Amino acid sequence: MRSGDYVLKRAGFAVATVFIALSINFLLFRVLPGDAASNISRVPGASPQLRQALEAQFGLDKPIWQQYLLYLKELAHGNLGVSFANQQPVWTNLSEALRNTLPMVLTGTVIAIVLGIATGVLSAVRRGTAADSMSTNLAIAFYAFPTQFIGAMLLIMFAGIFPAAGMSDPFASNASTMSHITDLSKHLFLPVLTLVLTLYGENTLIVRSAMLETLGEDQILTARAKGLPRRTIIRRHALRNAMLPTLTMIALSLGAVVTGAILVEVIFSWPGIGSALYEAVLQRDYPMLQGGFLVITVTVITINFFADLLYFRLDPRITS
Amino acid sequence: MSTVINTTDAPRADVQAGPLRAVRGMVKGTSARIGLGILLAFLIIAIFAPWLAPTDVHTATCGVFDAPSPHHWLGCDDGGIDMVSLVLVGSRISLIVGFTATLVAMTLGGTIGLLSGYFGGGTDVVLMRITDYFLVIPDLVLMIVIAAVWGPSLSHVIIVIGILLWTGTARVVRAQVKSIRERTYVKRAQTVGASNARIIFRHVLPQVGPLLIASTVLTVAVAIFDETALAFLGLSDPTAVTWGTIMEHAFDRTAISAGAWWAIVPPGLAVALVIVGCYLVGQAIEDALNPRLKVAYLSPKSWRLRPLVGRGSDAV
Repeated sequence: MRSGDYVLKRAGFAVATVFIALSINFLLFRVLPGDAASNISRVPGASPQLRQALEAQFGLDKPIWQQYLLYLKELAHGNLGVSFANQQPVWTNLSEALRNTLPMVLTGTVIAIVLGIATGVLSAVRRGTAADSMSTNLAIAFYAFPTQFIGAMLLIMFAGIFPAAGMSDPFASNASTMSHITDLSKHLFLPVLTLVLTLYGENTLIVRSAMLETLGEDQILTARAKGLPRRTIIRRHALRNAMLPTLTMIALSLGAVVTGAILVEVIFSWPGIGSALYEAVLQRDYPMLQGGFLVITVTVITINFFADLLYFRLDPRITS
Repeated sequence: MSTVINTTDAPRADVQAGPLRAVRGMVKGTSARIGLGILLAFLIIAIFAPWLAPTDVHTATCGVFDAPSPHHWLGCDDGGIDMVSLVLVGSRISLIVGFTATLVAMTLGGTIGLLSGYFGGGTDVVLMRITDYFLVIPDLVLMIVIAAVWGPSLSHVIIVIGILLWTGTARVVRAQVKSIRERTYVKRAQTVGASNARIIFRHVLPQVGPLLIASTVLTVAVAIFDETALAFLGLSDPTAVTWGTIMEHAFDRTAISAGAWWAIVPPGLAVALVIVGCYLVGQAIEDALNPRLKVAYLSPKSWRLRPLVGRGSDAV
């Protein structure tokens, strides 16, 4: 298989997955009976004009399959409906939330990955030593603690030292850029720390077992027999190969990142997409719920697609 | 979860004696024993919780957020209910949710993996595609959406967790079944005219058994974790006493600004302990099934035994 074919194939898979997610969404909210207000035009307190416009846009009096087509068409135009809570278009609400979420989640995830790789590799090459068992036990502990538990503990420990909620100080709205940045990073500290602590444990365990498996392969024995220095064997022969399963695992654990991010945002009242989803659940704001589900799912699928491409660059054997 | 490579062609002798006995042979070593001990302890607690709990969990016996005292070892929650009783009684529903959701997931994942690996071809392609889709879609978000649409209740939580946690199992089981299918004794059974059902139940399933048990134990951990997450978001039955809802109540009713760590720490520790127990047992079985993990060409011990070179430092 040529590289172009591979990229095309993965892209096709990503598009198909997005399509399935869209259909699940439609099925859940429009077709399945339930106590859900499946009628997306039933915006509380909406003017008759808005209601009529929505009914026409989504064809709510038409048969299901026509509704489905209309739904896809509206989605293609970025129309996710109108929020029950504030009667703004869902996309307007969500795009702002997404902008708030990204810095927090990206910082946390990157730190957790780097930390996980470092501790995982160190404990694998020092297997059986005290350092290994300490690092592994610590990783298991943090893997086991529920996110909300870690968040609550940090909140109690750092009460008064770091801000406990929100993204910025509401009383410093027209301050200079510099102080705005310090303010933001102060607010970032606890949510990011919580996310790192929740995610790093699993990453460490994944990297350690991938590394151990690679260290058991014959090529490592060969490398030793050639008399290569330990450092070279680890870097060139073990780490490179261990990175492949690690990358897959980390890409697949993106779901855990999303889970962690939602809980972290709720704990620290971070005005991101997780909080938006939570608010939508509390207020039974179905259009926001659908929109949040779609935005998160599409983001995860896109990142997975890029992970696939990266995997392809790291492992040329995939073409054969 | 690591893939399992089993290169031996004959059925493993220990597996022939029954998968449960085989697993018992694998759960050796200190950490696996600790894990098993934790799980057994919690099982006993869950069974005898109503008799073990010092007070009733629906009547207040002390003040709001009372600190730990000789009377109430772990203090009291926002409604003046003894925390020891809450955590003990909470173990029941938490474990029931964890195990039932896992049962749903294992049935789905095991069946799909088995069919996919055994029959191959078109069945395999279709089933694995579906698995891949479910693998990519973030679990908790879909759980939130489904639970929100259906309304909060325990049975919904169980179903939702169950129908989303089967993907890993399906893939691992499929890989294992594919390799078993090619072994000579399965080919022989096919040649002498054994039916598919007979081959699956007599020759394939016992071999997959230990793997399925490892997968089950690891999934229980995730299911319990997910229950606390859903409960925290207010999507579990608010009247049920589970570790998740205890934490949610405490958080919701300002245990943190009151500094009442005792309303959150005990249920959090209980969840963490069960997850650690599951992880240790599951990992021990998986490690025992993976022969490549038994050799370590770079372990510091064997490295130092290297006879020829008098290198000073082996530091990494």
